[in-house]
Order: sequence, then structure tokens, then C-alpha cells
Amino acid sequence: MSERERDDHSGVETTGHEWDGIKELDNPLPRWWLWVFWGTVIWATIYWVLMPAWPGITGYTKGLRGASDRAAVAQELAKLDTVRGAQGAQLKSVSLQQIEQDPDLQAFALQVGQSVFGDNCATCHGAGGQGAKGYPNLRDDVWLYGGSLDEIHETIRVGIRSGHSQARGETVMPAFGRDQMLPADQIRDLTEYVVALSGRKADRAAVDRARQTFLDQCSSCHGAGGQGDPTKGAPDLTDAEWLYGSDRDSIYEQIWNGRNGVMPTWEARFSPETLKALAVYIHANAGGGEDEDVGAGAGQGK
Amino acid sequence: MTVVIDRVSKQEPAERQAPVSAAARVRRKSGGGGLYAPRTPIYPKLVHGKWRTIKWALLIVMLGIYYITPWLRWERPGALPDQAVLVDFEGARFYFFGIQLWPQEVHFITGLLVISALGLFLVTALFGRLWCGYACPQTVWTDLFIYVERGFEGDRNARMRLDASPWTFNKVWRKTGKHLTWLAIGFATGGAWIFYFHDAPTLIRQYWVGEAPATAYIFSLLLTATTYVFAGHMREQVCTYMCPWPRIQGAMLDHHSLQVTYRYDRGEPRGPHKKGAGWEGRGDCIDCNACVTACPMGIDIRNGPQLECINCALCIDACDEIMKRVGRPAALIAYDTDSAVAERQRGNTPRYKLLRPRTVYYAVALVMVSSLMVWGLLNRTPLDMHVLRDRNPTFVRLHDGAVRNGYTLKIANRGFEPTPVEVRFTGVKDARVRTPGQPADDVLRVTLEPNAVTAVRVFVTAQPEALAASSLPAAFEVKGSGRTVQAKTTFLSGAANAP
Repeated sequence: MSERERDDHSGVETTGHEWDGIKELDNPLPRWWLWVFWGTVIWATIYWVLMPAWPGITGYTKGLRGASDRAAVAQELAKLDTVRGAQGAQLKSVSLQQIEQDPDLQAFALQVGQSVFGDNCATCHGAGGQGAKGYPNLRDDVWLYGGSLDEIHETIRVGIRSGHSQARGETVMPAFGRDQMLPADQIRDLTEYVVALSGRKADRAAVDRARQTFLDQCSSCHGAGGQGDPTKGAPDLTDAEWLYGSDRDSIYEQIWNGRNGVMPTWEARFSPETLKALAVYIHANAGGGEDEDVGAGAGQGK
Repeated sequence: MTVVIDRVSKQEPAERQAPVSAAARVRRKSGGGGLYAPRTPIYPKLVHGKWRTIKWALLIVMLGIYYITPWLRWERPGALPDQAVLVDFEGARFYFFGIQLWPQEVHFITGLLVISALGLFLVTALFGRLWCGYACPQTVWTDLFIYVERGFEGDRNARMRLDASPWTFNKVWRKTGKHLTWLAIGFATGGAWIFYFHDAPTLIRQYWVGEAPATAYIFSLLLTATTYVFAGHMREQVCTYMCPWPRIQGAMLDHHSLQVTYRYDRGEPRGPHKKGAGWEGRGDCIDCNACVTACPMGIDIRNGPQLECINCALCIDACDEIMKRVGRPAALIAYDTDSAVAERQRGNTPRYKLLRPRTVYYAVALVMVSSLMVWGLLNRTPLDMHVLRDRNPTFVRLHDGAVRNGYTLKIANRGFEPTPVEVRFTGVKDARVRTPGQPADDVLRVTLEPNAVTAVRVFVTAQPEALAASSLPAAFEVKGSGRTVQAKTTFLSGAANAP
């Protein structure tokens, strides 16, 4: 090997590498650096022995400490279950109103309610509970079967036309056209009448013609003024909420076919505390108070 | 204008006798070869003088601040901690006497760091590495450790003799005593650190009975180890190999920065001086190596400004002692500028320039950031609000055709008292606000919990006539504690108001 170049100023050999006239000195690395390197080697060896480390064909080296992320997660979940168990038991023992007034318990109920709602209710009512045509909006203040905490709880429990012995919706809307109870022109007049009920402009002559028909056929459930009846689940026809659409074609179609909503009973599927949590969640989403919970029949007082 | 430093007329040091600087020794020893160089031990000699006294004083003051601060008390209401300075991770608060910061106000910490950095830049541009020489924990603790070492093993020559001697009882007890004392200081250092994060009187009790949090044990022992290793064993290597600051400071320093400087214009040509001989035709440097033996970094200051030099000024004291003894004026090594020494070398009168573009920039930036910080601290509102809109659904139409939007207000109350506030909604005419359990009204009255964020669920209802557009800019306004804070949001109605 030839003699290496030596830097004049420092007297240190250079590596021979040069960048724009700047040469790299070949200073030795400090010894402690080497110690740190050996330290990491020793650390790694100990780690391999103690902890899961090397992959094999069918498995991996488990390590002496038996550490496992999976087991740790299972342990954490078990811990969570005991915490939830306590709060769940509390949900079971107190009333719906008490849950709503206890901020901690309410927060827990909302969490449970949200996940249960997402898994079971969102398919029809939408992830945000805003509903769709034929599926009630659970965020607003219109409730076919009442919007108080207890009413919501009961509706979830028994369902609507669900086959449950106490199911909601024993009365049904007849299919006036399909079952030939009324001729088409009378249904058209009734449509005008219903449009007029909700405060919109309608054909005055048709409204006059339909007045008697409405009293005969509709008022037993929807009331003489069309304000509906929450005990029967009969919608208020005077408000701005239309489950099957507000335009004339939709109203005509609903009178003709008389669609009736169905919701399953959840009593068998959910534990009592889950049912409660769900009721609290839905009630909170809809505004959470009593003052705006205008049921279909509440309009009667106006 | 660039000042060209004239080093040409400076005499190159001729082949000299040992001792030379530690750095030079390691180069000589390894001969430029070998992959790894062992650390050459440095035995700094104790000096006496102005700078050494200042350094002792600063050491006592700074260590005092470090150890005493967590024990200062500061009355705070309720269950809040009474520790004057406390980083409370569990409660997510930072307490500094009368100031209490929330995690959301981390910009104040950022501001403090920016101020520290700019302050460091300015001081470095003016006076060189004052931080490294006097205030850096590495310097302070190393100084303390060398003091302990000197106590057990004696000064430079005694220590060198002891290290070279065989293992006798004398050597064993001195070494053992030194290391145990170092470990004790390290433990006190790590132990004091954890008091900044928990209530000190409580923690010290818990610590000894094994009830303190695991982090307290981990960090106290970790800092015990780093203190012992860095100040006892690594010392100058931390500065030369680990610390980025010596590299960065090159950008702050210029020829007009005051630094610990060997005045070669006066010192050269150097050489041994016999008592009684004249001083004509030679420099004042008698090549006694007092500056080299005093240096804790193991360098020779006479080689000019060096990366390793922390500007601790101990060589100034060392040289002044010698100068006094040989009857020459002091300050052969002194705080001086490169430019001044070069000017004197040329026979000119040196000019000192404190006011330079870079010092002005740093000072202006420092003043600006500091004023901003002070202004920000003085105008801190005790209330702060964030608005989260409901996104699914974006709006709800009610039975009477009114449109309702749901919001969650997160209102932070930084005060220590429950605060009644009024919440108003602006931007939509005649909008009514309500929270679950309260009737709708123009104003919502809520009482905020002290020193916490209160989440308020708010429903805003507007009549269709007020909704001129599907999206209206709106705002929440919270009034309380004599302050009003606003947060912007929107009121959405989509096609809900279409006929």
C-alpha cells in the first residue's frame, strides 16, 4: 500500500476522498462509540432470549417472558368488560330519566346506544337516524307513537306490527284504491283535501267534495282536523313532516295503497340495559328534551 | 465588508516538548491510524481568579434554582396543586406561579423556546459561547464532578500520579468514595427532576415507601445514570461528539464576537523565559502550558478558536496568574475579538462593534417575539370555545317546518370559579337556542365548571322565512366573566326550506 496523504495542518491522514478541495480526515472513531455498539448487540441478544423475536416456518420464538400482544389485548378487554359490567348493571337498575340526568351514566349509555344503533337501526333509519322515505326520521320532533323516553323505549321493545303480543300499530291504514273501497276520483279529491290540511294551496271545489269522505273514512284515526293520534300511530296530516312524501302523487299513492310501516321487536335481541341505552341515545339525538317532543297527537291542542 | 484575519505573521509553533494538549496527544499516540481511539484522560488543574469565582457563584445559583424550585409553594383554590412550578401530566396543566397553561396553549411554550433560541443567538453573536461556558448543565455538573474528584484525589498532578499508581488501599478508597459521591449527586439530580412533575412533598414520601408512579422511578434512575455517565465519564466528549450547538454556533459568530482569545499579537514569538532576562524581541507567552493544563476540554487555546472550546475562561485565570508572577500585564488570554487581535497585529487600534447587522436582527426578532408573548399572556381569555356541528344529519326539519341544527360547544373555563355564561346564536334571524332539559329561548344560560372544558349540546331552531340561503354564516357568542368570545360556524338548511 502506498503512503497515505497526510493533512499538513492537523497531521492526520486523509481518506483520500475530496470534495471541492475539502479532504476528509481519517480520524479514529472514539472508543466509547464501540462500547455503545457492543451494548446494543448485548441488548439485542437478551431481547431475543426474553421476548418473541425470530420468525420460523410454522411459528416464531416465544421468548422466556411469554410476552404476547394478543394476550395483553385480551387482558385489556377483560378489564374493560368488568368496567362495563358495573355500569351496565347500573343501567339495569335505574330508570330512563335517572340515566339521562346522570352525566357519567348518560355518556356510557350514549356510547352503547351509538354502537347498537349503528349495527341494528342504521340499515333503515340511516347512520345519523335521519330516516328516508317510509322510514321515520328519528332526529326530529315528530313521533308516530310518542317521543318521550318511555314511549321510545316501548316502541323499540315491542316493535311495530312485529308479531309481538303488545306490538304497536294494531290499526292499519287501508288500501282505499287497491281494495276498491273508494273510486279514483274520490281519492284524487281526498288528496286535495289532505294538501289543504297542511296549509298548502289546493283545489277548493275538490276539497269541498272530499270533506264528507274524510269525515267518514279518515277521521276515526287521523282526527276530524287531521291532527293524527299517537295511540294508533296515525300521523298528523297538518304538519310539515311526510313519511311517504308530501307531493300530490305521493299522497295519492299512499291513500291508494295504504302502506303500513313495520319494525321488528328488539326485546328478544337486546338485553334490558341495551334497550335502555338505545332509548336514551335516540332521545338525546332527537333533542333530548320534553318540550319539543311533539307527538302526532300533540298538534291537537293547537 | 469581510475582515481578513491575518494569521500569516503568526509564528507556527515549532516542535515542542510535552505536555501538549490532550487532543494533540491522542493524534500523536494513534499516529493517525487505528479504527478506535480511547479517550485521553484530561486532568484539569484548579485555577484561581475572577472567572473561576464567577463560575463557582453561577454554579451555586443555578443548582440552587434547580433543586429548590419544585419545593416552592403557591396557593391555588380548591383541589388544585399548590406547587409553584409543576408540569401536571395527569391533570394536563402546566403551572408556573400565577400562570396556568392548558395543553391547547402549547404555543406559549413554543414562544418561550423561540425566545430562548433567539436569546442564545444574540448572546453568542455578541459574547461567544457564554451558554456553553457558564450555564450549560453539562458544564455545571462536570464542574461539580471535577470538584468532587479533586476533593478525593487531589489536583491535577496528584490525580495523574494516582491513576498511574498500582491498586493500593489508598487508591481504592479514594476512587470508591469519588464514584459513590458522583452517584449520590446523580441521584439527587434525577430525584429533583421528577419533583417538577408531581407534588414534591407527596412524591418524596411515596418514593421511599415504593408507592410512587413507575415513571418517577424510571426517570429518576435514568437521570441518575446520565448525570453519572455524562458528567463523570463522558465530560468533554458530550460537547465535541454529541452536542449540535458547537456546529450551529459557527453561523452566529463572526470576527467581531467576543470570545476567549489568545492574543498572539502580544504573545508571539513565545518561548521559555529566564528570570531577570529582558522582554525585548519576544512575546509575553512563556510557553508554560498553564492554559493547557487548566483546560477542561483538553485543548490549547493558543491554536486559535476551536470547535472544542466552550469559552469557560479558565485559561484566562490560569494565564493571568502566570503573567502576574513574571511581572507582565494580565490578559494575554482574554475576552477579545478575532478582528481586534488581527488589527493590533497590523499595528492598528482595534475597533469593537457591538452593533452589527446580525446582532440587530437577533435583537429585533427577540424583542418582537417577546412582546408578542407578553401581549398574548396579558390578553389570555379565561374563556375559549370551539363549535362542532352535527354532520349526520346536517339539519332536521321539525313538524312545523322549522329547521333545526345541532351543535356541540366545547367551552373552556380557565378560571378557578364556576362561571355562569350566556350563549347566543347570531347570523340567523330569530333563531332559538336550547339545550336538552331547558326550554328554547333567545339566550342559553349555562354554568361552566371551573378549570375544565364543559361540553354543551345546543339545538338551534330557525323558521323557514329566516333562511334565505341553504347555508348561512353564523356564530356562537359566549358572554361571561366580563369577556365575550365568539366562534364561527354555519347554519345549514339544504333544501329543507324549499316549498
